[in-house]
Amino acid sequence: MTWQTLRTDLATQGYIAGDDLAMALHLAGSLERPLLLEGEAGVGKTELAKTLATLKSTQLIRLQCYEGLDASHALYEWNYQRQLLAIRAAAEEGVTGRETEDRIFSEDYLIARPLLQALQQDAPPVLLIDEIDRADEEFEAYLLEILSDFQVTIPELGTIAAKTRPHVILTANGTRDLSDALRRRCLYAYLDYPDRTTELAILAARHPGLEAHLCGQIVGFVQALRREDLEKKPGIAEMLDFAAALAGMGLNDLTDDPVALQKSLVTLLKTQRDRAAVPAEVAARLAGKAA
Amino acid sequence: MGRVRFATRADGPAERMTGFIAHLRLNGFVAGVDETAKAMDALGRLDVTDLAASRLALKTLLSGCREDWVRFDEVFDSYWSSGGRVRHETARQSRAGPDSRTTRRSLDLPGLSDQSGSPDMADNGTGEADGDGTGRLMASDIKALARRDLREFVSPEDIALAEAAAEQIANAIRDRHARRYRTGKGPVLDLRRTIRDSVRTSGEPIRLHRRHKPDRPAQLVALCDVSGSMTVYARVFLAFIKGLMSSAKTTDAYLFHTRLVRITDALRDRDTLRAVNRLSLMADGFGGGTRIGANLDVFNRLYAKRLVSGRSVVMILSDGYDTDPPERIAAALKALGRRGCRILWLNPLKGWKGYEPVARGMAAALPHLDHFAAANTLQCLEDLAPQLRRL
Repeated sequence: MTWQTLRTDLATQGYIAGDDLAMALHLAGSLERPLLLEGEAGVGKTELAKTLATLKSTQLIRLQCYEGLDASHALYEWNYQRQLLAIRAAAEEGVTGRETEDRIFSEDYLIARPLLQALQQDAPPVLLIDEIDRADEEFEAYLLEILSDFQVTIPELGTIAAKTRPHVILTANGTRDLSDALRRRCLYAYLDYPDRTTELAILAARHPGLEAHLCGQIVGFVQALRREDLEKKPGIAEMLDFAAALAGMGLNDLTDDPVALQKSLVTLLKTQRDRAAVPAEVAARLAGKAA
Repeated sequence: MGRVRFATRADGPAERMTGFIAHLRLNGFVAGVDETAKAMDALGRLDVTDLAASRLALKTLLSGCREDWVRFDEVFDSYWSSGGRVRHETARQSRAGPDSRTTRRSLDLPGLSDQSGSPDMADNGTGEADGDGTGRLMASDIKALARRDLREFVSPEDIALAEAAAEQIANAIRDRHARRYRTGKGPVLDLRRTIRDSVRTSGEPIRLHRRHKPDRPAQLVALCDVSGSMTVYARVFLAFIKGLMSSAKTTDAYLFHTRLVRITDALRDRDTLRAVNRLSLMADGFGGGTRIGANLDVFNRLYAKRLVSGRSVVMILSDGYDTDPPERIAAALKALGRRGCRILWLNPLKGWKGYEPVARGMAAALPHLDHFAAANTLQCLEDLAPQLRRL
């Protein structure tokens, strides 16, 4: 498969990727290396992983990172309750300590968390490590072993190697700096807000029913809004919500009904300050320009 | 770093690729032997006669952060098609120091596309301030005082003294909300260890192991005023900030006068003299007027969103004399406070007898501060530590 066919395949699933992104994803697949995606919130980083999973008809295993995430939530944990019961039962049956230990530290008593699950699959899954920059630096270091060797060492059990190599996608949006060590192990792609043509294609793929005229207006309006000084710029997901809202209200032209337009802005502007920064007149002006 | 041989003069693809990697390195990319091998491997899987595809493939393989990503095409062209120019103007100085850094900044920071610390203009948020005739005149008057060498402000002895004070402070401001557990004394049972141990006592968990959440250093952000009125204190404060940086590696530092400059990377340089030289390069406007409110706005807009969180302590070192309206300081501090950080203001004037925070900017700022302290001598800074423990 070449990178061009990958791009076409993604498009049939409703994901419009640029040349550079398609190439990055293609190489990540053929070199079997993780892909690090950076970019603003709402440019389709997470969506790419979901689409890839659909495309390969494989499982998507998602690890959402957060501050304080540690191995017992990301990798594996022993099932303590079962272990306790087993030890008690063993003591009553008079089984030796050695046997008990062998039994309770076997895979039956292991709870696999996302990273371990990804290594245990028969068919290569898509492993999405979302917002890696939210996790602590310690966790990032821990991840290095897994990403370079695709194996996990459990002291009581030994080393578990991956049955198949998962397609790993990491996303980050700059909450903190990632280490060079992690960056060097990954392929890299930066996702920007799409240009007009791409965004129109995305809108057409996701809401095929909309008129071309309205589509042009929606995309023009959202792109103009991104140039305003906002705390949180509307992403692609917001744009799609906005389009759905307009379709739901039965609007055919943005400039028709300023009141309805203002109401539908709840789908685009997500903070009080941004709402105040785009009053009805500004919205009407932007809509007029977008037409 | 060796000489770059250009594509047309090298023979064989491997040598050309090695040359390209060397060319990237000269232009500030992090790339080595390993990358060369990977690049050859990747190109082997593609149609190498397709220039566009090769470019895309090398771009994703060899870029490591956003700046690399944006600059790649230009660097690629200059090696493979021009055979002439080597180094681009945008080559980053900060990568030149071999030991100066372990992580790369990849923030979306307009005005900082070049990491040697280009100043961010403090405008009124509309971008129109500099179009205003009087504003420009004012600014150039102030900058006439500029370009004073910072070397005379920081001596090695100051650094040694200030480092001791800074270390105490960095230790005092510890975050008590770490979320990861460590084995030790604490309220939560460490089941894994307890059960492992209970096998010895046939399932009777006799020895209980516990876990606790260790304290961890808070993220410090220091904003230092280096305007004319602060000149006499600048040496102490710069030394102090350098000390903070060396005792807590996550510390982030900024200078401001009429503009805001991020100096984190410059200060992280272990070679003090080089750090100071780099500072003086970027301290254009040092010793001029102050625009505290406007600079805090810039800080909020460009940096705070990403770098300030609930575990941050923002330290402002300033005398509070501001040429902006006081409401602006108040609004900026309020916005900053909403990020959940704690805000300290260290004011050298407060050490003076009978000082009242009458400067309008200072008075406006007071309600938004978590702590307001004197800072006219190193002794004052040392005395801060016990008070900060309570914060």
